[in-house]
Amino acid sequence: MTERSGDARPQRPAPAPLRPPSAAASAARARRWGTWYVAEHKLRGMRGYLGVIIAYSIGSPLMYLFAMGVGLASLVDSTSGARAFGGVTYLQFIVPALLVSTAVMAASEEFSYPVMSGFKWRRTYYGPLASPISPQQICQGHALAVAVRLLAQSVAYQAIVIAFGATGTRGWASPLVAVLAGLAFGLPMMAYAASIREDRGQFALVQRFVVVPLFLFSGTFFPLSTLPWFLQWIGWASPVWHATELGRVLGYGHVEPAWLSGLHLAYLLLLAGAGLLAARRTYARRLEA
Amino acid sequence: MPNSSGYRAVVSARNLTKRFGDFTAVDGISFEIPAGESFGLLGPNGAGKSTIMRMLGGVSRRTSGELEVMGLDPERQGPEVRAHLGVVPQQDNLDEELRVRDNLIIYGRYFGLPMSYLRPKSAELLEFAQLGDKAGARIGELSGGMKRRLTIARSLINDPGILLLDEPTTGLDPQARHVLWDRLFRLKERGTTLVLTTHYMDEAEQLCDRLIVVDRGRIMAGGSPAELIRAHSSREVLELRFGAGRNASAAGALAGLGERIEVLPDRILVYADDGEAVLGQAVARGLEPATSLVRRSSLEDVFLRLTGRSLID
Repeated sequence: MTERSGDARPQRPAPAPLRPPSAAASAARARRWGTWYVAEHKLRGMRGYLGVIIAYSIGSPLMYLFAMGVGLASLVDSTSGARAFGGVTYLQFIVPALLVSTAVMAASEEFSYPVMSGFKWRRTYYGPLASPISPQQICQGHALAVAVRLLAQSVAYQAIVIAFGATGTRGWASPLVAVLAGLAFGLPMMAYAASIREDRGQFALVQRFVVVPLFLFSGTFFPLSTLPWFLQWIGWASPVWHATELGRVLGYGHVEPAWLSGLHLAYLLLLAGAGLLAARRTYARRLEA
Repeated sequence: MPNSSGYRAVVSARNLTKRFGDFTAVDGISFEIPAGESFGLLGPNGAGKSTIMRMLGGVSRRTSGELEVMGLDPERQGPEVRAHLGVVPQQDNLDEELRVRDNLIIYGRYFGLPMSYLRPKSAELLEFAQLGDKAGARIGELSGGMKRRLTIARSLINDPGILLLDEPTTGLDPQARHVLWDRLFRLKERGTTLVLTTHYMDEAEQLCDRLIVVDRGRIMAGGSPAELIRAHSSREVLELRFGAGRNASAAGALAGLGERIEVLPDRILVYADDGEAVLGQAVARGLEPATSLVRRSSLEDVFLRLTGRSLID
């Protein structure tokens, strides 16, 4: 066994011992900033798969935009004209929808397997749990990091579509709506993910039978009103539809009553708020058994 | 806080109880740990040791009883208590998405520690854990023993007064265990209070000044390793093996030898102050054991005596 510790080299003067701030100060900082510390940790971890994030969150919606907004649009705009889409081109119509859908899909990823990983596979939640951080802060920090990711990807997407003239500059607030949509879908999903003890393919089912239908039937590629009445409820329940409609109001001045815009916003806030409360409670119960 | 006997107890538990539904994991346990002591919880898997550790950190709520750590209630002042603690969990939970050094730095952030402290401190701790040349490595490149040492280095980032170690060497090979014990021994010399659970008697004997033997949530005995052996076992033990199926009949023929006889599935233990003498008597009775071994009593024997079962199933 080779000895490599400091005391094997006496010729070097011993450095003054490093003393951290007092335990009380440490606890006070953790109580105040704990959520941010957890988010910082998670965001550093995301750097490890930054390439995947960029491809998934920016490359993928641009691919859709090109296929639908340029390819399909030439057909749609020439046959039904702009009237069918409230006086705008098909490209303008789907730009806000893809922004929101991509945020929701990214949220459905970030609030599923990584949550399970924190509790079970890699047990990464149990590290901070042994520090002054609380279970609620672990939950909030994870959510905050995802919100930062959603904001970054949405701003990048918006900047690109503005640069290519696919939408006007007035849609600057749309990324905020996309983040809210991601949280409105993702935080209830997070509460559900935190309650799962055994992975029996639940996330794949959610992906196929919740996320994909929301993507298709939330007025993304055609107005909700063109769906038969018995399918329209999907849109009304869907955070994707509410956020997309808000995005259209912000993006190109889609006309709807002010109360309806208020309702969209309230619905998204309600889902996100209820989801966060449920997730916090589930985290606390599971981590403090 | 000084108590009636005059020393400063950093941990004090009175009638500590934890129930999960009908199951009582910890059943009215009381103990005190003075500052600087190395205190062990020895017991088999499922004895309630980990539950006690979790209650010390305030991440498991007690059902009843009183508990103080550094004079604080871990349940109500969890963050304040945990700011004093270093925790080495049973299962490593290092972040595999971060490099070795970043695991220490990011963990230190949870204690609200500034980077100006964390950068030199993480280098110091990596040296201490003999991982100085692995600072930029990925977690996946480390061996089991290295991961364990990194977890210990991580637990020291806040310079804790109390280090909680839950089964610190389970799953490690003998050499890696000795390296780890050496590091823990150095911490003990520096005055860090160690609280460790183990089901390895040799680990308890190496590291603990004092320990309690826990089984089914209750304290069976307490004291220093030497005291426990003196009180609950003979000086020596004679281990005899007669081969499968013949131990029971051989035990009959051994009756009356030594202080006490234990018949285990694979061997017979005869407790006596002079093992060699008893072996001579057994051979004189015409017994021909396949193998025989005389050794000193250990905590394993204490546990067997107290519970009728062995530590490792």
